[in-house]
Amino acid sequence: MLHIINKSPFDRPTLDTVLRVAQGGAALLIEDAVVAATRGCIAANKVVELAKKMPVYVLGPDLEARGLADRVIEGVQVVGYDGFVNLVAEHRNCQSWL
Amino acid sequence: MAKKFMFVNRKAPYGSIYALEALEVVLITAAFEQEVSLAFLDDGVYQLKKGMMPKGIEMKNFGPSYRALPDYDIDKFYVERESMEARGLTPEDLLVEVEVLSAQELGQLMEAQDVILSF
Repeated sequence: MLHIINKSPFDRPTLDTVLRVAQGGAALLIEDAVVAATRGCIAANKVVELAKKMPVYVLGPDLEARGLADRVIEGVQVVGYDGFVNLVAEHRNCQSWL
Repeated sequence: MAKKFMFVNRKAPYGSIYALEALEVVLITAAFEQEVSLAFLDDGVYQLKKGMMPKGIEMKNFGPSYRALPDYDIDKFYVERESMEARGLTPEDLLVEVEVLSAQELGQLMEAQDVILSF
């Protein structure tokens, strides 16, 4: 399953929920959720935890929009919209953790 | 007579419309020659991050709009220290000159306002 997370970790406890519930697959951070994968952000450790369980991807255009493209933590992979589409196609189903 | 207006910004930019809407109202308020200040706490601190390039998500870059605010005599930007540090940001990462305040100092400043607009 592809786990899509779109809200800031400061706004919603979604990352905790995914860490607790998700049974593998991959995770993709988009929109305001991308802040979680940046250096110095106190939520980054949750992304590191998640990356131990499954590959974690971050949407590049959302990082660039927020001026955060040069602050991505190690262990996650930045993808574009084409990568987003591929991830959706590669997984049998998706859960958008709104 | 001028009143003290404070805009309290707490949302990340681009993921919702709040930041952009706040900016619109700030400019309207400035046109009426009020004493305007902007506070940034929680995810609102991200609104001031340098280097925004929202072309890829097809949204308007409002970074330059913030930088233009001092031309309209809006130059009081307050950032709450705890919010900034929790996000790994420093004043050098921000696109305008800000005054960094403790939560308590910001709270006191809020108390001193005539009008608070929350976004």
